[in-house]
Amino acid sequence: MADIPLDRVAETATTEVEDLALRHPHGWVTRYVFSQDAKTIAIQYTATALAVGFVALFLSWLMRLQLGFPGTFAFIDAAAYYQIITMHGMMMIVYVLTAVLLGGFGNYLIPLMVGARDMVFPFANMLSYWFYLLAVIILLASFFAPGGPTGAGWTLYPPQAILSGTPGQESGIILMLVSLIVFIAGFTMGGLNYVVTVLQGRTRGMTLMRMPLTVWGIFTASVMALLAFPALFVACVMLLFDKLLGTSFFMPSLVELGSRLEYGGGSPILFQHLFWFFGHPEVYIVALPAFGIVSDLIATHARRNIFGYRMMVWAILAIGALSFIVWAHHMYVSGMNPWFGFFFATTTLIIAVPTAIKVYNWILTLWRGDIHLTVPMLFALGFIVTFVNGGLSGLFLGNVVVDVPLSDTMFVVAHFHMVMGIAPVLVIFGAIYHWYPKVTGRMMNDALGKLHFWVTFVGTYAIFFPMHYLGLLGVPRRYHEMGEASFFPPSAQMLNAYITIVALVVGAAQLVFLFNLLWSIRHGREAGGNPWRATSLEWQTPQTPPPHGNWGKERPTVYRWAYDYNVPGVAQDFIPQNMPPEAVALGPRLATGGVP
Amino acid sequence: MDTAFTEHRTREPAGGLATIVDDFSADQRAFRNVSWGKAMMWIFLLSDTFIFGTFLIGYMAARMSTTEPWPNASEVFALEIAGRHLPLILIAIMTFVLISSSGTMAMAVNCGYRRQRRATAALLVATAILGATFVGMQAFEWTKLIGEGVRPWGNPWGAAQFGSAFFMITGFHGTHVTIGVIFLLAIARKVIRGDFDHGRPGFFTGRRGRYEAVEIMGLYWHFVDLVWVFIFAFFYLW
Ligand code: HEM
Ligand SMILES: [Cu+2]
Repeated sequence: MADIPLDRVAETATTEVEDLALRHPHGWVTRYVFSQDAKTIAIQYTATALAVGFVALFLSWLMRLQLGFPGTFAFIDAAAYYQIITMHGMMMIVYVLTAVLLGGFGNYLIPLMVGARDMVFPFANMLSYWFYLLAVIILLASFFAPGGPTGAGWTLYPPQAILSGTPGQESGIILMLVSLIVFIAGFTMGGLNYVVTVLQGRTRGMTLMRMPLTVWGIFTASVMALLAFPALFVACVMLLFDKLLGTSFFMPSLVELGSRLEYGGGSPILFQHLFWFFGHPEVYIVALPAFGIVSDLIATHARRNIFGYRMMVWAILAIGALSFIVWAHHMYVSGMNPWFGFFFATTTLIIAVPTAIKVYNWILTLWRGDIHLTVPMLFALGFIVTFVNGGLSGLFLGNVVVDVPLSDTMFVVAHFHMVMGIAPVLVIFGAIYHWYPKVTGRMMNDALGKLHFWVTFVGTYAIFFPMHYLGLLGVPRRYHEMGEASFFPPSAQMLNAYITIVALVVGAAQLVFLFNLLWSIRHGREAGGNPWRATSLEWQTPQTPPPHGNWGKERPTVYRWAYDYNVPGVAQDFIPQNMPPEAVALGPRLATGGVP
Repeated sequence: MDTAFTEHRTREPAGGLATIVDDFSADQRAFRNVSWGKAMMWIFLLSDTFIFGTFLIGYMAARMSTTEPWPNASEVFALEIAGRHLPLILIAIMTFVLISSSGTMAMAVNCGYRRQRRATAALLVATAILGATFVGMQAFEWTKLIGEGVRPWGNPWGAAQFGSAFFMITGFHGTHVTIGVIFLLAIARKVIRGDFDHGRPGFFTGRRGRYEAVEIMGLYWHFVDLVWVFIFAFFYLW
């Protein structure tokens, strides 16, 4: 392959898309606070979400302390335990993972990777962050409200979510619902931006089928979020009315503490359907960006083109579509019609097909690659292993007969932490190590990064793997202590204590990451514009970190896909997407093939 | 080695599905003649469709699962006018008003593209007035029902979910209409001031104004209208 032919699409040479009229900052406040630059907004999103993440991590410590050493910590009684798991779960899923992957990485990477100057509507984009911050403040306020935060479980099922036996029913549940509504409003403003920027704001030559998979993942997840969050929005509004106005959308007739309540005729199952119509796509809203990012990390750090690019794109789209028709696999024990269980088990198992295609393609990309075990690569590999592990236990839980005895045990906790807790978190870490040099111009410390990786990766296995076993023993989830059920062997409690100790260590290891993150801003090694020798556009900006508007005078023109690593017959081991074909130096491979 | 790479780059234009994919994924924009604003409004409306759709499905599920009888809508929403008993009369008038407002909106879009500044502004204001009339009549209907004892948590005739769903769904739709009226007036002001003739930058966004804003407003307004048709069918006629 000596010559590099142009795709026919690349010949459209005019800038058809208007260059965005940017609002340049006039002072400190518009530059750092009310900034309309997607990159600043991305950093604000990420920083806020990481802060929430540390709160949620701290809460997991409290839960683990209680489970490992029941009775030692008097302030964690049953009610407090419920409140802690609820806040931990909701924060992690909505306010950390969704916010970092879409609000953080979406804002930073989409405009840069498709060659845009900014998001298409920077003002709405800025509002999106401030709504998110407001939602976070409302959520955190519930810790200080009378009665404390809600203890309804992150699924917020009525009737118990709003009844007086549940901790936080005074005000915590109201704040939670309001916070979610604000979050959804804010996300919508950002999500519309991400979707329209990808569809309509690309630079010359950047066809959809040349976009890096990161953009595909974030794009599809944003579309899904725009269609799935409405169900949560409606469920929250209706539950709020049940709580505040005394309507009975979800509330059947009940007797509470001997007296009959005013409620009657509502359907608690309806809430579960609405919640999971959001809740299952949410899993993939978190997973698809992670899939995309991992594909790019692997291709870059193994110096290989991604295997089966088109198949990867179609798999992302297929997973996105299918994930809207599997929601009731969370409801096998809810008492819905058994035929539903049959249908949803089938669709659930079908999703495994495109997902497995993706995993095979990752492996085949690595196959005989020039693998560099950099910190981002380690995290990407860690993701694949963890995700496969969680996916396999998902096959167990997707089958009705297997799920029924496992439902509401620690097995479920182990499963979802593997597949949507730890796996995406590993990707987030990997992505931060990978793109940090673009954001700050400096590398993060490598030794600390490796320490962080190994403790986190091995540690999370040590935490969550034994939980499968506890689940098989029948240890229930959401119990603040196991109690004295005779079928638990005494070793189960020893196992719990051991898990707790590992969890404390893993939590502490995150402080290493935090230190590295902050320390490297000033003291990291100078990175240059493209330290990983990567092909995609964000690494080809004229300046690092890129200024407002990203590209200087002219936006780049794209000539090829994002995966030209190790092209035979080409001197360099990678060809940037925007390098004109005539500039590609042919000849034997240069000695500096790899990553510094 | 690297067959995937070679294949990807030199693929000849294929027929059938692959061509559709290539066209759709083409350079710079997926929808050739659609501006950013318009694309954003369409996608927002898609998302909003899911919200209204979920509200209506929630209402239907509640109606089917409740144990008490559902009040007869055509009786509840009847009025005595000049001694005659007219079922659903107010709703019929409201529907008529809202559909008419879609007509004036469409005319406003048309005049906008002809750059008839005054006519556009006048038609936008007319649309806003019709919209406000709709909201006014809805307020009247709410007042009447509240006077008869309908509450979100109960009513004199049967299932409590009747009132809950009624206030929630018409309230949410009415909010959409109200927001629409406010934006109609704001855009009318911009039109009459000549913002769209001179491309004056917006206060918040800094984008140059274009008559397309009228069309984008129109998309929203027609959507709100269309939603009403569904609410009318599912809530009042069922
Ligand atoms: C090392 C980190 C973590 C530890 C030690 C941890 C620990 C725990 C524990 C002990 C529970 C309660 C189990 C029970 O009694 O039911 C729990 C629940 C939960 N966790 Fe984590 N977790 C961690 C990270 C995460 C992450 C990253 C996510 C993001 C998806 C997450 C999502 C959840 C959810 C959704 C629940 C369920 C809450 C509920 O039952 O309502 N966790 N976690
Ligand atoms: Cu699911």
